[in-house]
Amino acid sequence: MTQTFTTQTFGAFLDEIPASDEYLTLHFSPSSAPRKHRWHNYGLSADFLGDYFAAFFPGDEVPNSKINRRDTVKAAVSYIANELLENAVKYSDEAVNLPISITLYLYEQRIIFQVTNHASLSTVQDYQQFIQSLITSDPDDFYTRQLEKAALGTGASNIGLLTMMNDYSARFGWRFQPLETRPNTCWVTVMAHLDV
Amino acid sequence: MEIKTDDYSIWHDPESSTVFFRGFLRLDGMEEYEPVMHLLINALERSANFHLNLRDLEFLNSSGISMLSMFVVKVRERGNVQLTLQGSDKILWQTKSLKNLQRLMPSLTLEFI
Repeated sequence: MTQTFTTQTFGAFLDEIPASDEYLTLHFSPSSAPRKHRWHNYGLSADFLGDYFAAFFPGDEVPNSKINRRDTVKAAVSYIANELLENAVKYSDEAVNLPISITLYLYEQRIIFQVTNHASLSTVQDYQQFIQSLITSDPDDFYTRQLEKAALGTGASNIGLLTMMNDYSARFGWRFQPLETRPNTCWVTVMAHLDV
Repeated sequence: MEIKTDDYSIWHDPESSTVFFRGFLRLDGMEEYEPVMHLLINALERSANFHLNLRDLEFLNSSGISMLSMFVVKVRERGNVQLTLQGSDKILWQTKSLKNLQRLMPSLTLEFI
């Protein structure tokens, strides 16, 4: 059965990202290396991104925190980059053999993360349903409900996304584009805005 | 009981009824967290006061947070265990995410140093 699917965007997605003096992109080749080995590399890459972008910030105090500004940026970037990469891997359609990429753009008071991967149409449709319920729910109630779901092991809780939104105040946008060459595959772009 | 790798170690000290976590913990999904969960459940056996010491756990991914949620619910189901999470206010993820576990069990104690 052929389904028709057109480009869809949700949330705080920017079609054009503002010009930034500092940006960095990493591409991860689709690879035959065991997932366990690659998984470790995604973690290392997230830590590298944290160190790289933290270096642009001074180590001055943050009000009501024992963690200085540089270390706060480092830890927040590392957590968010790691979660975004983990999700990109989890939801990727490995059969299409296309890379995952992550770009971080630095601004004076914000970092924008952009991650792309390719996913099957059915994965995308499930995910879009989740996004719909996320953006139409009370964030606090929704988080508690999903945390309980994670705790009971009853289905996909998407706790990673919810921790980034609730605990780190990241704002999200998503774009799903059909691939002309493969009707059952979507090009997925996730954008996260982090105030720093 | 102990789990030790290059990235992290987790061990139980029966005398203080405490499980200690150290390092960087970012396993691939709940299945990979099963050995950790198993250690926690075994350590919990017959304790009235139980502690998780996370002060040297520098990184925990969201699957790890789900694993902690799962453990908190297991403790809640026992009904007679006082659970304390010992965290560090110098580690960002702990200051951001640990308090959410109280949503699952309001009697959970959080101790930050």
